[in-house]
Amino acid sequence: MYIDPHVHMVSRTTDDYQRMALAGCVAITEPAFWAGYDRSSPKGFHDYFSVLTDTEPQRAAQYGIAHHTWLCINPKEAEDPVFAREVIDIIPEFLERENVLGIGEIGLNKNSKNELEILEAHLQLAADHNQMVLVHTPHLEDKRKGTRLIMDAIKNHGVLDPNRVLIDHVEEHTVRDVLDRGYWAGMTLYPDTKCTPQRAADIFEMHGTDRLWINSAGDWGPSDPLAVPKCRDEMRRRGHLEATIRKVSFDNPLEFLSQTGRFRTDVQPTR
Amino acid sequence: MSTSPPTLPLNRHAVVDRYFLEHRAKVLDLAAFLDRVDRAKPDAADSNRDFRLDSLRGAIALLLDGESDRAKRVLDLMSDPSTEPIDAAPMKGASGAWDGFQAGTTRDGENA
Repeated sequence: MYIDPHVHMVSRTTDDYQRMALAGCVAITEPAFWAGYDRSSPKGFHDYFSVLTDTEPQRAAQYGIAHHTWLCINPKEAEDPVFAREVIDIIPEFLERENVLGIGEIGLNKNSKNELEILEAHLQLAADHNQMVLVHTPHLEDKRKGTRLIMDAIKNHGVLDPNRVLIDHVEEHTVRDVLDRGYWAGMTLYPDTKCTPQRAADIFEMHGTDRLWINSAGDWGPSDPLAVPKCRDEMRRRGHLEATIRKVSFDNPLEFLSQTGRFRTDVQPTR
Repeated sequence: MSTSPPTLPLNRHAVVDRYFLEHRAKVLDLAAFLDRVDRAKPDAADSNRDFRLDSLRGAIALLLDGESDRAKRVLDLMSDPSTEPIDAAPMKGASGAWDGFQAGTTRDGENA
């Protein structure tokens, strides 16, 4: 039994829900993200948020998977701050939907001034509505700088409790700093551009299992919605205790996400 | 309350047994990739001076320096060392290496 706390099922087929359920997935969370193209109007985001809060929960429930979501405009679409603020303005309408856990995945992409401005607007939205936060950190060469800028922005904002913020996509060069500052951290298991299951297991061995989880971030690009069970298998092959494997793939996400009061793992298959 | 990291349960010989072939293949892929770059026709920009290749060569040298934390240090070496937000995002994607990298650059981005 496991939780995938970051996966973009809107980009995946229903077969993936079935395969994840067969592999033991009982719950997921799906942050709002860049669709691979820029949406032409805030209405496009209204439709997207409706899919995340209505369509996807029904699709997941067919296979006994509890679906949850986080709402935002992704930093990849934050370079136009006027447009981004129009999208942010429609988010409160959705915050009372029962599967909404908070604001996410917000953060930075290329570490620009406009992205930072919109990150700060999202932080204020989270503070105004007492929401938890899921943070996206930049890709590749931009990650280390962006992770530091994001953590500084949250600290400077001064309202959000780090224990209610998960900073995602950490790797060997960012994980220690994130944990030392009191945040939760997520490792994304990607074939080429983030962590492999082997490296994630290494990071657990070097940095511990407290406030740290794994996710697939499966989406429309090269990614694997079964990456979490593959990492569990890697840890099992190395001889790690079942309790350790359960902690990083179930207990930790359950502990963090239960702070929302909305997270559940008990959906019965509806099909 | 914090708990200690779970110790790697395998001994060194078992680690090598389990992972050697996988990483032998990766080294061969890397060697073949560098050969492929050499065989390709040079372009106006001279691909041998590509910052991505420079950083890759820097990373390979780092692997052989006998120090630990290799994965972290490779990531640091390929990271943008600046600390201030840029004026505007030039694109959505990332190249995988810092475009200011030059041979002889340290992991903190300062010229050695």
